[in-house]
Amino acid sequence: MSTEGPSRQEATAARVKALESMLIERGVMTTSMVDRIVDIYENQVGPQLGARVVAKAWNDNEFRRRLLDDATAACREMGIGGLQGEDMVVLEDTDAAHNAIVCTLCSCYPWPVLGLPPNWYKGPQYRARIVREPRRVLADDFGFTVPDSVEIRIWDSSSEMRYWVLPQRPAGTEGWSEEQLAALVTRDSMIGVGPVKAAP
Amino acid sequence: MNGVFDLGGTDGLGPVNPPDSEPVFRAEWEKAVFAMYPACVGAGYFGIDQFRHGVEKMDPATYLTSAYYEHWLHSIEAHAVAVGAIDPDELDRRTQHYLDNPEAPLPEHEQRQDLLDFVDAAVSVGASAGRRTVEQPRFSVGDKVRAADISPFGHTRLARYIRGKQAVVVAHRGSFIYPDSAGNGFGDAPEHVYTVKFSSEELWGRGFGDPSGSVCFDVWDPYLESIDEKEEARSA
Repeated sequence: MSTEGPSRQEATAARVKALESMLIERGVMTTSMVDRIVDIYENQVGPQLGARVVAKAWNDNEFRRRLLDDATAACREMGIGGLQGEDMVVLEDTDAAHNAIVCTLCSCYPWPVLGLPPNWYKGPQYRARIVREPRRVLADDFGFTVPDSVEIRIWDSSSEMRYWVLPQRPAGTEGWSEEQLAALVTRDSMIGVGPVKAAP
Repeated sequence: MNGVFDLGGTDGLGPVNPPDSEPVFRAEWEKAVFAMYPACVGAGYFGIDQFRHGVEKMDPATYLTSAYYEHWLHSIEAHAVAVGAIDPDELDRRTQHYLDNPEAPLPEHEQRQDLLDFVDAAVSVGASAGRRTVEQPRFSVGDKVRAADISPFGHTRLARYIRGKQAVVVAHRGSFIYPDSAGNGFGDAPEHVYTVKFSSEELWGRGFGDPSGSVCFDVWDPYLESIDEKEEARSA
């Protein structure tokens, strides 16, 4: 037996289990509730949903207009929406302007289209710097260069509006199906910190 | 409140270091904490604004260095104790019990379909913060405005880096629950929400802000001053 105290992981795990045991006894939660919500965000709700929306917008100009006009309603057409995406706004990248999202005050993120955010999005470093030196963060931390000629717009999700990015369609994809296009869309491209994949 | 959680523009925290990939949940305890959020909202222990404020009141050094879901644990525990649902001494005793016996089982309990249905409904429908108000919106797209230069003590979404700065209204989003009321336990008190756009040079100064950069930020009506009104008040 070690004579050292518990590690932080062990201490936190014990605290969580203690609180969980009491909430179970209060009738507030059950273990199957944990399994259900974890299954949803591990296996069902993720960036593949946002990628489908982007691909459809690339291939269907009418849908693209509806998406930019009311993203929540347009995503509902595809059966996509819900918790932490009740009021979504899609930001269209162009040759003249690039968009990226952040929540400097906590970790707000459009769950219904991107799933739960990666840890770096919730961490202090990204939240502190992206509003102040966006080009340098994208270049140095993500290897993603936005030319000085392109305006850079950062969207800070301070309210319940949830922003996400409609990246530009890559060249050489004329005539592609939505399924083929969706495979090019990355999570980072919908946050605004990375490119879509190039057509092979 | 002027807390460290309000990170926009803070220097010296180091690089982002995004990994190539990572699991959605990095430990079993993260899963349980994640599920506690809808469970406790469903039980009426707190709303989302109060939940955020609970995180904001963490010890700042712990906030900056702890795993993300420790923030949630802190707020859930604080609110569950505050509403009287959890006895903190009992929680301490059980924590020691599970420290001494990490494999000890959770209490036996019956699974409940109503709670699974609640999770499914919460995930697929969500909970919009949109609320009607009888007030008309005070501002229109294109209006020049200034963010109020005030420092509320309780919960607010008025980040320090925008206070006192000039912006242009780019969208009116409708009316929503007002965090400065709801987050401090005083009810929805809905207000109109606008998206306003600050140039990077307005925020950080010429030579420091990106010359072709901007930040769009959502503000509730009380966060905004009309620039004309302010100038009139000065000259009066």
